[in-house]
Amino acid sequence: MTFSRSLIAASLGLLTAFPALGQQADNAVRFAYGQALENPNPYYTTLRLGVILGRNVWDTLVTRDLDTGEFAPLLATEWTWIDDTTLEMTLREGVTFHDGTSFEADDVVATLTYVSNPDNRIVSQQVASWIASVEKTGEHTIRIHTNGPAPSAMEFLSTQLAIFPAEYFTGPAGESAAALPVGTGPFQYTEYSPGGVIVLSRFADYTATDAKGAASLDRVTIRTIPDIQTQVAGMLSGELDFLMGLPRDQADQLGTLPMVHVESGETMRIVFLQINTTETSPNEALRDVRVRQALNFAIDKEAISTNLVGEGSTPINAVCFIDQFGCTEEGITAYPYNPERARELLAEAGYADGLTIELAAYRDRNLSEAIINYLNEVGVTVTLNYMQPAALRDGMRAHTTELVQMAWGSYSIYDLSASTPVYYGGQPDDNNNDPELMAILDQTAQTVDAEERAALFQQALARISEQAYAVPMFSLPIYYAGAEGLSYQTYPDEILRFWEYSWQ
Amino acid sequence: MLIYLAKRLGLSVLVALFASILAFSLLRLQGNAATALAGEGARAEDIALIIQTYGLDRPIVLQYLSWLGDVLQGDFGTSYFFRTPVAELIASKVGNTVILAMLSLAIALALSIPLGVLAAVYSGTWIDRLCATISLLGQALPSFFLALCMVMLFAIKLRWLPASGDATWRHFVLPALTLGYYITPPFMRLVRAGMIDALGNDYVRTARAKGLPASRVVLKHALRNALVPVVGLVAVQLGLLIGGSVVIESIFALDGLGYLAYQSIGYRDFPVLQAVVLLLAVVYVVLTLVADLVNAWLDPRLRVS
Repeated sequence: MTFSRSLIAASLGLLTAFPALGQQADNAVRFAYGQALENPNPYYTTLRLGVILGRNVWDTLVTRDLDTGEFAPLLATEWTWIDDTTLEMTLREGVTFHDGTSFEADDVVATLTYVSNPDNRIVSQQVASWIASVEKTGEHTIRIHTNGPAPSAMEFLSTQLAIFPAEYFTGPAGESAAALPVGTGPFQYTEYSPGGVIVLSRFADYTATDAKGAASLDRVTIRTIPDIQTQVAGMLSGELDFLMGLPRDQADQLGTLPMVHVESGETMRIVFLQINTTETSPNEALRDVRVRQALNFAIDKEAISTNLVGEGSTPINAVCFIDQFGCTEEGITAYPYNPERARELLAEAGYADGLTIELAAYRDRNLSEAIINYLNEVGVTVTLNYMQPAALRDGMRAHTTELVQMAWGSYSIYDLSASTPVYYGGQPDDNNNDPELMAILDQTAQTVDAEERAALFQQALARISEQAYAVPMFSLPIYYAGAEGLSYQTYPDEILRFWEYSWQ
Repeated sequence: MLIYLAKRLGLSVLVALFASILAFSLLRLQGNAATALAGEGARAEDIALIIQTYGLDRPIVLQYLSWLGDVLQGDFGTSYFFRTPVAELIASKVGNTVILAMLSLAIALALSIPLGVLAAVYSGTWIDRLCATISLLGQALPSFFLALCMVMLFAIKLRWLPASGDATWRHFVLPALTLGYYITPPFMRLVRAGMIDALGNDYVRTARAKGLPASRVVLKHALRNALVPVVGLVAVQLGLLIGGSVVIESIFALDGLGYLAYQSIGYRDFPVLQAVVLLLAVVYVVLTLVADLVNAWLDPRLRVS
C-alpha cells in the first residue's frame, strides 16, 4: 500500500466530522494542476492546461457539437466553402471582448494572419499553417484563403484557433503590451503568475450560444501542485475542490470518501506499440511481418485493459480513437489473444528458439511490465528501456528504437489527421516509411470530400493492421475528483469546460 | 591568517566552479532540450528553430563558456520555459526559501538546545535516552514521510493549518517544522557533547562551589561555552536548508527556489537550473567558508594546520 493510499484510508474515518463545504459559499472552484503553465496565451504553450484555458477564456469561430459530431456556430454564425481553398464566414454581432471592445472582422483577420505567420512562432504551427491569407469582406464577414485543400481547417477553427482582439499582438513571438491576454470567452483572466496561481473570473457580458453557455461559477482558482499526494491532501483538507489525472488506485480510494465525487472518463489518448521496420532498425527481426503479427497475437490487451487500466478503457484493433473522424475498425485485421499462433509465427520466421527485443517506454510502467510478461510467454525476451519523453522521441526520430510504448492524445482533435499521418505518413515519428501508406495518407491531406477522406483513412488503417506495423492496445481513462456538491461533466478530449460547472 | 583566508577562498571558488560544470554536463545528459521544449508532436522544423535560437548545436564546452561569460557579467539568461529573465524568476522565489530556511533553523535550535542540555544534565538516565530517541527519529524519518504525517494530522484531521501553498505565514508552519525537525539531531548531539564537556570543567565546579543555583550554572556558565561550536554548524546547516528544500517545497507546493528547480528539471529549463545550482553552490561555499573562518578565529591551531 502506498503512503498516499494509507493517507486516504486513514482519513476516511477522520473526515466525517468535517462537511465538505468547499467554496460553495463563494461560488468558486479551486483546481490543482501538476505542471506550471509557461504562458497565459494558448498559442504559446503545449500544456493541456493551456488548451483548457484557451477554451474557457476564448471562443473559436466554430465549435463541435459533441452529441451530433457536427460543427456548430460560435463566433461565426454561418460559413460556406466557396471553392476548395476559400472559406467564407459570417461573424456574430454584439459580441464583446473582456476589455469591453467589440468583436469585429478586423479581429479575426489580425489573429489568423498573426498566428499563420511562421515568424511569430506559435508552438503548434500546424494548426494555422494551412492559412494562406485572411480577407475582410465586410464589418462582419471574412474570407479565409488556404494554401491548398485543407480538410482539417474546420477542426482547427473549432479547437485551437482562439480569436484575440486585433490590437493585442504588438510584436513577434506573442509580444504584447497588455498585462494579461483577453478573449471573448465565458471566463477572463484576473491573475497569472508564472508557475504560481492563476485566477479566472466570470465574464458577465459573455454572449452565450446554444453550443457554449455562460459561466455559472464566479471564480476558478488554479494552483500548480506537482506532487499528486499534495493534491490529494489539499482535497481532503478542503483546500481544493477539483483534481484531474489521478492514478487509478488513488481515485479508487478517494471514491470511498463521502465528501469526494470521483469520475472516470474515457479519453482520446490511445496506447499502442510502435514497431520500427525501417532499413536502419536495430532489430532485423521486426522487418518480418510474421514477427510483428506474433507480437500482436501474444499480448492480451483485453486483460490488461480490464485488470490494469480499469473502467473507461476500451481495447482497440485500429490505431486510433473510435470517435475521431476517419477512425474505423471495419476492414481491419484484428489479432485476438492467441499465444499458440504467436509461437507458430515466430517459429515460421525462424525464431523458434526465441528472440530479444528492446521496449522503450516513458510512462505507465505497470503496462510495460504486463506487456513484457506476455511477450516472455511466447519466447520473446524483452529488455525495458524506460526513458524521459524527449529522449525517447529523439530515439524514435533517429530510428534507433525497436519497440516503443506510445500514448497519443491527438491534441484533443477529433480528426485522424492529428494521429495516423503523424506516425505513418512519413513525418519524423514514422518508423515504417511505407511508401504505399504514405501515398494514401498524403491523399487524405488533399481530399476535402468527407466520404472520400474517410475511405482513404480506412484504407490506411487496414494497411497498418495487415502489415502489423503497430500493436494497437486500448484507450486510456482519466480520473477526476470533485468536492461533494460540485456538478461537473467530463469529455474524452480532456477539456475542462468550467462554464458548465456549478455548485448544487 | 591572510594565507589561510586566501587558500580557503581559492578552494571555495574552485568548488563553486566545479559544481556548475557538473550541473551543466549532467543536465545535458538527460536528452535534447529542444525536443522537450518543442512539446508533444512538434515538427522537425520547430525543433531545429529552437536549437538555432538557443545555440544548442554548438559544442558543449562553447555553450558552457558562453554561459559562464554572461554570468560573470551578471546575465543569467532567459528561462527557456517561462521566457522571462532568470534573475527576475529567482528573485521572485528566493524570499520564500529564505523564510523557510530561517524558520526551520529557529525551530531546530529551539528544539535541540533544551533537548541537548537536558540530555547532558541527566546524562545516562532515561531522560538522556528519551532525548536521544527524539533526536534519532528526526534523522531516521525521511522528510517526505514526516511531511505527509504532519499534513495528515494538522491539515486533514485537525484542519489547523493548510496542507500546501505560501499565501500566509500559516502555510510556512508545516514545512518549517518538517525541515527543522530533520536538522535537529546534529545540533542536539553537539549541544549535549559540549555541555557534558563544559559541566566537567573547573570553572563549572568553581561556580558550583560558590553556591550558585544549578540552573544558573548550567544556563549561564556551561551553556554559553557549549554553544560556541554550534555557531559553526548553523552556517553549514543554513546552506543545507537553502539547498535541500527541494523535496519539502515540492511536497508543500511552496513556491520557492527548490520548487523552481524541481519544475525546471521537468522542463529541461537549463538556464534556470544552472543559475539555481550555481547560486546554491555559492551560498553553501560562502557559508562553509564563514564557518571555517569563524572556527579558525576561535581556534588558532586550525590556522597553523
